[in-house]
Amino acid sequence: MERMPKWADVILTPLISLVLAFAISALVILAIGESPTEALKVMVEGALGSSYGWGFTLYYATNFIFTGLAVTVAYHAGLFNIGGEGQAAMGGLGVALVLLAVPWPHWALALPAAMVGAAVFGALWALIPAWLQAKRGSHIVITTIMFNFIAAALLNYVLVNLLRPVGSMDPASARFPEAAHLPKLTDMALAFGMQWGKNTPANVTFFVAVIACLLVWLLIWRSRLGYEIRAFGKSERGAVYAGISPVRITVIAMLISGALAGLMAINNVMGEAERLVLNAVEGAGFIGIAVALMGRNHPFGVLLAALLFGFLYQGGGELALWTSVPRELIVVIQALVILFTGALDNMVRMPLERIFMALRKGRA
Amino acid sequence: MSLMKSLLAGASLSLLPLVAMADPALIFDLGGKFDKSFNEAAFNGAEKWKAETGGSYKELEMQSEAQREQALRRLAETGANPIVMTGFAFGEVLNQIAPDYPDTKFVIIDMVVEQPNVQSVVFTEEQGSYLAGVMAAKASKSGTVGFIGGMDIPLIHKFECGYAQGFKAANPEGKVIINYTGTTPAAWNDPVKGGELVKAQISQGADVIYAAAGGTGIGVLQAAADANILSIGVDSNQNHLHPGKILTSMVKGVDNSVYDAFKAGTEVQPGIKVMDLASGGVSVALDDNNKPLITEDMTAAVDAATKGITGGEIKVHDYMTDNTCPVQ
Repeated sequence: MERMPKWADVILTPLISLVLAFAISALVILAIGESPTEALKVMVEGALGSSYGWGFTLYYATNFIFTGLAVTVAYHAGLFNIGGEGQAAMGGLGVALVLLAVPWPHWALALPAAMVGAAVFGALWALIPAWLQAKRGSHIVITTIMFNFIAAALLNYVLVNLLRPVGSMDPASARFPEAAHLPKLTDMALAFGMQWGKNTPANVTFFVAVIACLLVWLLIWRSRLGYEIRAFGKSERGAVYAGISPVRITVIAMLISGALAGLMAINNVMGEAERLVLNAVEGAGFIGIAVALMGRNHPFGVLLAALLFGFLYQGGGELALWTSVPRELIVVIQALVILFTGALDNMVRMPLERIFMALRKGRA
Repeated sequence: MSLMKSLLAGASLSLLPLVAMADPALIFDLGGKFDKSFNEAAFNGAEKWKAETGGSYKELEMQSEAQREQALRRLAETGANPIVMTGFAFGEVLNQIAPDYPDTKFVIIDMVVEQPNVQSVVFTEEQGSYLAGVMAAKASKSGTVGFIGGMDIPLIHKFECGYAQGFKAANPEGKVIINYTGTTPAAWNDPVKGGELVKAQISQGADVIYAAAGGTGIGVLQAAADANILSIGVDSNQNHLHPGKILTSMVKGVDNSVYDAFKAGTEVQPGIKVMDLASGGVSVALDDNNKPLITEDMTAAVDAATKGITGGEIKVHDYMTDNTCPVQ
């Protein structure tokens, strides 16, 4: 028998966790002598109060959708991929190489090619930890996090020594060709005669991310491979008994996961910066973990959680810009949200379950 | 501070925080606002303007390379005018953004961006460094001096080359040891590595070390003072950091550039502004902190070199014109 109704599990629990996290954040803001209501107002207005704020919120959310999905797919196979940061960085390299190698005539051609580049580079970066896990038993948490550092060092080398244009002092690649620039959501809104989000980085990749959510859902719950992934994730021995190869599933799940993380580069490298810079990922790989945890490893949950974190990210930026709340405090708020929705999930869940059980008993 | 706070609070209270307010803005690049050097000089210039006029300004500190474009756009959207930014790394980004905000004036320090609404402030660091090199040659007992650069880029080679030229002019037989902290912007803020490089250079005989490395320089000056050798500061007057242990500082008038830009407000003149020795844009700092270290011989040599450079008899080669240095 289910302990509590589905809506309570999926919506009520994260919501209460969120409220708790915000309540403690408010106390912290109060403690440093600022007004929590004022801070909340700045965050909400800065992130959601104008199409400009929305443009940034959606842009960040797009990043988090991809990295959140990456964590989700690996999670269903019982693998904890915390290498999204490195995989997304390598995805950026893939995008840059594809876009700089060919003089693309139109973005519609460049986009699929860049997606392939991003996915392949991200997937390959996840392949080695996957293989080490499957064949050698090296723990994937350790190897993926170490690969983040290797990716950062490799990008440093490539940008400083190989991709930096002659005469430039900045360790960044050349600009991508004009024709390969992705249409921004602003331009698309303008095509419908709407003034929306001028000068914001949100671009067509947002729709790609939403499609990716749908595809991941189909993969996990509507395909044979997804069934195998879930079976393996629930019980490795059971899966082996059913004839599922652990090596195959580990490698495939990690390849998909790495490819999804790599695809983030379409948004930040191709869509926003339009060239490859250092530290382009900016922690989105790690936020993806929180997004997946909060989204309960369901693509739709990931979509919602990514929007929430996009709001936190953009609102936090506005907070730092407009008030004297220090930037570090935004990190504290994000950390509290992660702590309550991820790590302390049971703290809210168990009392809730008890309440629902009691209610049910009362009715029966 | 309270004035600024209430202004900011007022701005955020209005329904749209994007309404125009013609406050100037200042963006600090990686390396940090309080690097006691390049960025801090810019901050001091802005503070000077604030103290004098009672105005307020907006400031942003970069945390990572990927934020530059967003930071610039955000400030431009809020109506800040003019927007001053420190560091060459903004060049590429500004070149893209400036045309989108034709009514906003931008000022970039240490880089040339050719746009109709951009003022580019560049300094003749090779001239100031030449003087520092002359002083190093006069102060060095071992005949070997050091140079520690931040990020390995042509701009810093310009300092290095001017320094080497000045040193060799005063001591043709001497030796300059050259090290760079790194190849990425992280090299501007790595005082620990700066200190290590000092130890390495001391073991090779250096007894005067010139740091052109932003926040990394703090570690260089500290390690040099600890080892009881002389060092040379950069960008800001750093003589006071270790009185009697810092020979001089090669001061760039970054503070004055920021001050001038803020004062001119929206009337900032676009174009390239060259700050050289003759106009006081670069200089070597002499104050009470380094007075005991300065000999008459040294003063005479510096004065002669200053006269030579401003008069045109001494041509200090600018590394960035051809990416080579005539002396090594």
